Order: sequence, then structure tokens, then C-alpha cells
Amino acid sequence: MKRFAALYQELDRSTATLDKRAALVAYFRDAPPRDAVWALYLLAGGKITSTRKKIAGVGELRAWAADASGTAPWLLDACYDQVGDLAETLALLVPDPTVAAPDRGLADWIEEILLPVANRDELERREVVVSAWLGLPYAERLVFNKLLTGALRVGVSQRMVQQALAEMSGVPIARIAQRMLGAWSPSPAFLRDLLSAEELPGDRQQPYPFFLASPLEGDPAVLGPIGEWLLEWKWDGIRAQLIRRRGEVSLWSRGEERLDGRFPEVEAAAAALDVDCVIDGELLAWQDGNTDPMPFSALQTRIQRLKPGPKWLAEFPVQLLAYDLLELEGADLRELPQAERREQLEALLRRHPDPRLRVSPAVAPATWDEAHALRGESRERGVEGFMLKRRSAPYQSGRRRGDWWKWKIDPLTIDAVLLYAQSGHGRRSTLYTDYTFGLWDGDALVPIAKAYSGLDDKEILELDRWLRAHTRERFGAVRSVEPVQVFELGFEGVNISKRHKSGIAVRFPRILRWRHDKPANQADQLDTLKALAR
Amino acid sequence: MRDIVQLRPEGLYCPAGGFHIDPWQPVEVAVLTHGHGDHARSGMGRYHTSAEGLPILQWRLGDQDYRVHAYGEVFTLGNARVSLHPAGHVLGSAQVRIEVDGEVWVVSGDYKRQPDPTCSLFEVVPCDTFITEATFGLPIYRWPSASDVARDIVQWRDHCAARGEAAILYCYALGKAQRVLAELIPFADRPVYLHGAIAAGVDVYRKAGVPLADTRLVIDADGPTAASGTGFAGELILAPPSAAGSAWLRRFRKAQHGFASGWMRLRGNRRRRNMDRGFVVSDHADWPDLLRTIRDTGAKRVVATHGDTDALVRTLNESGIAAETLVTQYGEDD
Repeated sequence: MKRFAALYQELDRSTATLDKRAALVAYFRDAPPRDAVWALYLLAGGKITSTRKKIAGVGELRAWAADASGTAPWLLDACYDQVGDLAETLALLVPDPTVAAPDRGLADWIEEILLPVANRDELERREVVVSAWLGLPYAERLVFNKLLTGALRVGVSQRMVQQALAEMSGVPIARIAQRMLGAWSPSPAFLRDLLSAEELPGDRQQPYPFFLASPLEGDPAVLGPIGEWLLEWKWDGIRAQLIRRRGEVSLWSRGEERLDGRFPEVEAAAAALDVDCVIDGELLAWQDGNTDPMPFSALQTRIQRLKPGPKWLAEFPVQLLAYDLLELEGADLRELPQAERREQLEALLRRHPDPRLRVSPAVAPATWDEAHALRGESRERGVEGFMLKRRSAPYQSGRRRGDWWKWKIDPLTIDAVLLYAQSGHGRRSTLYTDYTFGLWDGDALVPIAKAYSGLDDKEILELDRWLRAHTRERFGAVRSVEPVQVFELGFEGVNISKRHKSGIAVRFPRILRWRHDKPANQADQLDTLKALAR
Repeated sequence: MRDIVQLRPEGLYCPAGGFHIDPWQPVEVAVLTHGHGDHARSGMGRYHTSAEGLPILQWRLGDQDYRVHAYGEVFTLGNARVSLHPAGHVLGSAQVRIEVDGEVWVVSGDYKRQPDPTCSLFEVVPCDTFITEATFGLPIYRWPSASDVARDIVQWRDHCAARGEAAILYCYALGKAQRVLAELIPFADRPVYLHGAIAAGVDVYRKAGVPLADTRLVIDADGPTAASGTGFAGELILAPPSAAGSAWLRRFRKAQHGFASGWMRLRGNRRRRNMDRGFVVSDHADWPDLLRTIRDTGAKRVVATHGDTDALVRTLNESGIAAETLVTQYGEDD
């Protein structure tokens, strides 16, 4: 645990990517494989506890720590409000050991101490956790608690971990990323295969890591002549990879989840092809014959259904709009230029005309100005703007800047009044940074959106000071404040919602600026926002 | 019965003695607990201070009408018998003991119980009512020993040295910087470099006879010296928090940034300030010491003035000590 706690501390301290990667390389090189693979699993966001394997619930942890440290439960809650991180709060409250227990490795802790008591009586689980607390120094206690409360959240991306493994092993990062897709168990055998220089049979069953676009701020003309770019509409659906290998079809989401069975019409279209292939595309709810897709909420109703019946298939039919061809008849095409992959994709789907699986149309404006004008029609078309893809670029993995850009339309905006504030998490834990905003409905302000981002550090501090001095009521970690401050909010869209009191739900709200110049009575009306809803 | 100390718009006031304690608006007679800016302000008719605190006030407030008292010396203001007692916060910091008709109140100012080589150890003053600070009024705040932290600071400097980086440690210019320098004496094998704002306070402490680690001015090392030629690589530099992000930092080619404060107990605070390292060293009482001190004074009534007073007040009330909050304008810097 000492070694893993030291890694955690280094990653947590460092703000430089290179330092973090160096710490990871050193850890994976030196740690025993049993420990290293658990570390990899945890850094990739894996958890050792689950609803099926309960070691300690959040309520139990609080109660045990309150007891072990002699802290009243209300006082523990007050501490948690200040710290903003439960694992850290509990580690701070529990007393330091007078003599530290002998060190045991990460895998020992998980496999031999924690997992064996999963789902046992509370007394047994409590005994294990509390005696661990009393034997571990602070840094290790903190990491131990992180194991119990879920994610590590230490500012390390999947890609950074994969870069470190690639650097250490010499295996290309694309292969490492591919081998880590989907569900895997943290065994030394997995780690051996992951870092194997040879091609393994399993390598052919996995989806490819998705290539993600970066947001383009400003003028696309800086990207060079428009002729070097492929332009497609940016659809508001679910990114997916459709895999057909040896005639068997599977569908993967960008979140590395298998979607098999949820979209049988798309799978049927893939089964009807005459060759094996891997297609990258976007799932959209779309009535055949209509010019525009249905709103995202229609797709949402479908994704929740594991086996949709005929009624659902008829009412909310789904199509896959294909963007890219990653593999054809067993050959990996990712290194080919975008334009060539696109040609092969079009040729393939031309042989199998099927509305359920079709190419996302290319848009071919002659100039960037023309593209700009076309982009202005996005909202009417039900799209979010353009995707720009360099015609000469290979298909890469992760969010790499340079060859794929999303050129989104400007957000919708509205001026709303700050109603509630809540303390944030992580580096913002001692500040009120999570805000709820409202619009006027007659004489009343109705909450319409929560936003967590958009202010700079200086504004956050200023607002934090203001709202502490202008609090009306406190409910635990939440304060209601005097309805005085007005903020311009941006968002991607508005949908009708029965679940929200306001009758609408906004998508991706964020703060654009603080309207010091506007009094609250000049904030927008709820009806203005409702008129924009789809 | 009237309270011996009351809250007025201009600050804490003792009607029987006709004086204020650490007032934030100009008044006739001010008794000061210590020299930090939120406690010692200019514009008072006359100032009562501890003898050890005088040079700090002269540095901060210039020439004023000062009345100087030894710790424990009783002086009379109106109908009040007043004396100053060590608070252990910074050089010259004092608790104010006020006795009126046999009833005793003590105003703590800022205080700590940890040993600090730069100032006199906190003295327990028995009283009926104790007005206490509560800057770190939650049980998550427990301090490690300052000499362990000093060792960590030196290890950090060596770590930076191995990477060719300067180690810039931010700390408040009055009190914290000098305490760190004093704690560094057993470990420091090379001089510590100082920002100008820190050097002024260091001079005051040295003149008062407080032993500190060997120091140099950053500004003197500018130009063709060994230190600046390497961008101060491997050197420890003390700077005030206001220097973070300023143009002054440009002279350090590669640097790590650390902060010495009790607030560094929480990872969120360190990350919010974008610090590579947080060193937990505080000039305020931690939670166990707040409770211990209140117990030690024997006070039946406690008034908490600044910081996280809610939790402390409720904890005391639940343990049978009458406690309440007074809202003052004292800050929570550490």
C-alpha cells in the first residue's frame, strides 16, 4: 500500500503531465504485477466495491469513522461540507497510529483483506475497515478510503496511463488502448497479455478506441484551404462502433459499453452486409422519409430499453449514420487517409442501400464563408454544427488536437438569477461553486438550470464572499441567497420535460458571464425559454 | 449583569475600562493583541501593547502613542484591571485579561499551543468568560509537529535541487516566515533566500534577538551570482503569498511552489492555489488545542469570534459550556 499511496500522492501533487507520466512509468516498472494490475484497474476508473460486492456503504463508513474518532455525526457532516471529499474527511478524522502496521501490497489488501469480507455481516466488515484505519498512516489511510468510496479521481486520464504503459513496454499505444476496452479483470495474466508484443487472438474481438474531435474556437480559415477538409453535420445522437466480424454483429458505445440488443434494426442492417467490417457512426432516432432526426429525448427513450418491442421500433426508429470505415474484411484501415476510408465506406454502403445504415452526408461548401452561412442553418436541421476532418489524416485514438474539429454553433443564451449555491468538490471543495439559476414566471423565480463552470478563479472567490454575506437560508451544504445576481447562461438546447418543475430541461448549461450590469428584475422570463423548446 | 466586553460597530469594547480591543475603526484607546493587519490598524488615539509586540507595531504602524506593558503587568484603565499574557501566536502576541469587580474576562486574540521558538509560549489564564478565536474550528484540523514539517521542507528543497528547480515557499510575512526560519535552524545547511517583503519582518525579529536560519536577499543575488546564474536551482526561497503569479517570479527559471499554512491540511485548498506542495504549519490552535485551552481556562462561558465558530459553539454547548458567536471583522489568514 505504501508504494501505491506514494504514486497517488505524486499524481495528486503534480500538475505537469510529464511528471505524472514519469511517476506512472516508474510505478508500473517496479511494482509487483499483482499490485500493478490493480493499480491500473483503479486508475482506469475501476472500483472494487459494487452493489453485488458490498464492503462498506457510505453511511456505514461515516458511522464507523464517527465512532472510531469520537466525532459526533453532525460534526462529521460539517467536516465533510468543508473538505468536500468523503475519503479525505474520514482519513483526516481518524487518529494516526502510534505504531504503523507492517506494510502489505495493494493486491493483498484488496484480495486477501477486503474482498473476502464483502457482503458479510456489518460487524465483520466494520472490524476489517476500522482496524485498517487504526494501522495506516495518513497518506495510506486516504488511498484506502478511496478504494472503499469508489473512484480515485486523481487527474490521470486513460490516455496518460496508456502512454506510460506504452513507454514502458514498447507496445504501441493504439494496441494497448484497444486491449483495455470493455470489461476486464485485474489479473496478472491480463497485464501480461496487455503488454504482449505479439498479436493475440483476443485483439480481433475488441472495438477500436474512438477518435474524438476537439472544439474549434474561432475562425476555421486558420485550418487552411477548405478543400483539405471533409465537412459533415455534427449530429446530436450517440456515437457508436458497429462491428461485424465472421458474420457476428456487436454494437459498442463510446463509453465502451456493449449496446447489443438495444438497436436490433441497426444490427439487422449490419447482418445483411456481405463482408465483415467495423463502422464508426452516430445512432439517431429518425423516421424514414423525414428530412430531420427526432430530438435527442426520443433516442433517450430507446437507449433505456434492453429489448424494444414493435411499438417502440415503430414510434422511435433508430438509424446509424456512418462516419468512418475502420476495418474491412479483417484489414485495419485506420492508417489510411480519411478520404480513402470515406470512399471505401461509400462504396460498401452503396452496394447495400438501407435507410437504417447509411453514410452521414458530406457537405461541400466552396469556401469557409459559405460553410459559415450553412452552419447558421444548423438549429433548423436539428444538428449542432459541423464536424471538420482533415482528408489526409489517419484515424487516431482519444482526443488529439489537429485533425478532427467540432465547429459548433454558438449556444443559446439567457439571463438568469442566482438562487442557490452549494460547495464544490476537489479543488473547489471549500468554496461555493455549484449554482442553481432561475427565470421569472410572473412574480416568482423558477429554478431552470444548475451550472458548475464558466467563472474564473477570481470571480468564484468574489461570488463566494458575496453569497456568504447574502445567505437567506441554509440547508446542509446548500444555501439560498438573495435573488440579486444575474448571469448569462449558455446551453445547447431546450427540451420539454415533465420531470422538471419548470416544464423544461436545458442541455449542457454553463455560465458565460456575470452580468454585474443587470438588475434581477431584468432577467429573462421562463416563457422566453419555453418558446425555444423542442 | 452587563458583559465586560461587548461588540460595537467599531470593534470589541470594554465599557468599564473605556477601551477597545483590536478595533477596526478609529477609537480613543486601543489595546492590541498582536501586529497582524486585521488586528492592528492605524488611526487610534493611543495603543497599549506588549513590550515584545512594540517593534512589530512600529514597523507596521509607524510612530504612534504607544503604551508598553510587560507580560503579566497589571495596569488600570477606568474601572478595569488589565494585563497582557503570551498568546503564542507571533512575536509579542498577547491575550488581554480584564478584571472588573472581581469578574475576569480574557480575550485570546489569535493563539496557538504548539511550541514556537520565535515567541513566548501560550499562558493559560483562568477566567470566567473566554473570548476565543476559532479559525480552525473543526476536528479535521490537527497539526503535525513543526520540526517534522521543517524537515519535510528541506527534503522538498533537495528534491527540487535534483530536478534543477527552485523551491519557492509562500508564507505570511509576519510570524509564519520567521517561525519557519527558526524551525529550519537544525536542518539548514545553506542560506535561505528572502523576498523583500519577508526580509523586513526578519530584521525586526533578529533585532528582537530571535535566532533564525541564515538568510540572503533574492535581490542581492540577482546579477552575476552563483544563485541567479542557475535560476536559484536547489535553493529555498521564502515569499509572501501575494508574490504567487507575479512578475517577480520570472527570475526563477524552473520552480516548484509550496505554501506553509494550516489551510494546507486540505488537498482542495492546495490545489485551488495551484501549489505543488502544502506544508501544514499553523500559528493558530488546532481543534484539540481549542478544546483543551477552553477547558484549561475553567471558563463557564465562551464567546467565539472568528473562523468556523458554528461547530465549536455547538460542541461546547453539548458538553455543558455556555457558548455563543460574536461576528467580528478579523480575518482567517494563516
